Amino acid sequence: MRLVILDNYDKVSEWAARYIKRRILDFEPGPDNYFTLGLPTGSTPLGTYKKLIEFYKKGELSFKYVKTFNMDEYVALPRNHPESYHSFMWHNFFKHIDILPENAHLLDGNAEDKVAECEHFEEEIKKAGGIELFMGGIGPDGHIAFNEPGSSLVSRTRVKTLNQDTVEANARFFGGDISQVPTEALTVGVGTVMDAREVMILITGAHKSYALYKAIEEGVSHMWTVSAFQMHPKTIFVCDEDATLELKVKTVKYFKGLMTLHNKLLEEKSVEPSSKKTEE
Amino acid sequence: MPGNKTVSDSHIFQFKNCRILRNHSIFVEDLWVRDGKIIDPEKLFYVEKGYADFQIDCKNAIIAPGFIDVQINGGFGIDFSSNFDDIEGGVQKVAKGILQHGCTSFCPTIISSSKEVYKKVLPKIKIKAGGRDGAEILGVHVEGPFISKEKRGAHLLENMATYDNGFSDVLDMYHDISSVRIVTLAPELPRSLDVIREFVDRGVVVSLGHSMASLSQGEEAVKHGASFITHLFNAMLPFHHRDPHLVGLLASYKHPPDLRIIYYGIISDGIHTNPCAERIAHRTHAKGSVLVTDAVAAMGLPSGTHRTGTQMIEIQDKRALIAGTDTLCGR
Repeated sequence: MRLVILDNYDKVSEWAARYIKRRILDFEPGPDNYFTLGLPTGSTPLGTYKKLIEFYKKGELSFKYVKTFNMDEYVALPRNHPESYHSFMWHNFFKHIDILPENAHLLDGNAEDKVAECEHFEEEIKKAGGIELFMGGIGPDGHIAFNEPGSSLVSRTRVKTLNQDTVEANARFFGGDISQVPTEALTVGVGTVMDAREVMILITGAHKSYALYKAIEEGVSHMWTVSAFQMHPKTIFVCDEDATLELKVKTVKYFKGLMTLHNKLLEEKSVEPSSKKTEE
Repeated sequence: MPGNKTVSDSHIFQFKNCRILRNHSIFVEDLWVRDGKIIDPEKLFYVEKGYADFQIDCKNAIIAPGFIDVQINGGFGIDFSSNFDDIEGGVQKVAKGILQHGCTSFCPTIISSSKEVYKKVLPKIKIKAGGRDGAEILGVHVEGPFISKEKRGAHLLENMATYDNGFSDVLDMYHDISSVRIVTLAPELPRSLDVIREFVDRGVVVSLGHSMASLSQGEEAVKHGASFITHLFNAMLPFHHRDPHLVGLLASYKHPPDLRIIYYGIISDGIHTNPCAERIAHRTHAKGSVLVTDAVAAMGLPSGTHRTGTQMIEIQDKRALIAGTDTLCGR
């Protein structure tokens, strides 16, 4: 894995956004060749979305040939409820950019047949040629999407019952009233994300530091589902200083030492040295 | 970039880079319109999978509903109370002229006039829908003549009147009240309570103004159906801590429970009312605040002396005064 350690949340958002931009531009998407991007919700990726919107507004990045697949959505919450993930994605991302509506895929938490909806989602990902880059976050209990502790590491998109911790953590978005919080969600599985060609996990804040430690310094365990990505060929963890608080000093030093290399990933592919001489 | 043709063939317009008024706040937010209706872009995106056909850059302008002016005496050289040559044409000229100022509905206002004038003018002002050619005419506001002569402001003394015989005197004065929608009267005049009831029963808004009424006289009037105050602070007795007069209606507990809100007009030109007085009124009863222009025929005309109606008006900078005096006469 790559572990990119940056000073703070803003720097993490910027690095992640620049990485996504670089990957899309290098891919050179077109009408026959869409870039497929997996997307999360929550406070962690907000800064990244803001930066991506800035790139679009400056004319540096277009989402015209990008297809997106969101990780999850609550069950039985109206699509236009302010806390639904549809609302989140519209207000924080889609309405500001030039993505086409038919290319933004989200699970429908109000589908008649939820199992069919989940299977359909997997089909859509397959039809789109699989996911090029899946961006995600991590819960304090080490979960990715709604794959709570105990979720199978080869799971696919399915209905999940949310555990008590998650419901309590979400109460703050529902006026502190636990009875209003959805108890089920449709979510991509660990296996679904593992199928992506590349995975980028954002982790910021001291409250996530234990989960990061469990995810990368301990073994692969279904109790900390993000740890599954130790088995993925191309994963980047992007985090801030606070998120590294539970890691070994050795680990942190090693990866910080690789920052020059990590930053090269953001650069435009340089031309061959011989053709540069004509600049003088 | 079309909308979803299976739902509607009409074009979708996206107004970008603008601010919109919603829920009493101004937000930076795009406005989406189809078929003359505001649509929900989120629903369009997720359910219809549609997007804008046309995007319009508003360059940070505010998009707001059109203004409604319930007190406007004329403009662009036209005075509703004294232009008798082409009354419909005059009203139309003002209706068109105010559109560019964002006003899409208004009540042509007639100040205290003689019986003959009302007979000539009122039947000619018709309630009319608005459109490209002019703002909507909601109905006439008859400001007077049943007002206090001490508080007549720029109205002429010889036009002051009373209704000692009740509503029959009203009908006798105005003759045809079919387009009247607002009446300003002074509730301390005898028989006011009966007159107010009659007007309210006919769907006319009764506004208290140009009056020496005390607070309790005002409260009685409200109990009988009055629901508006004409240009608060102007042409009425001032707020006094032992008798707030009509200004006190903003905070009275004696209003009937089924009265929704007591509204009050404010001329917010910085001259008719001190901004602090406006703020006090607003902080006391924000929901009732209604901005009015009380514009005169000279509105839209340059500085100097102009004849409006039966008087000469002098425009000095931003103030319109009765020529030769210090009396303000509308905007």
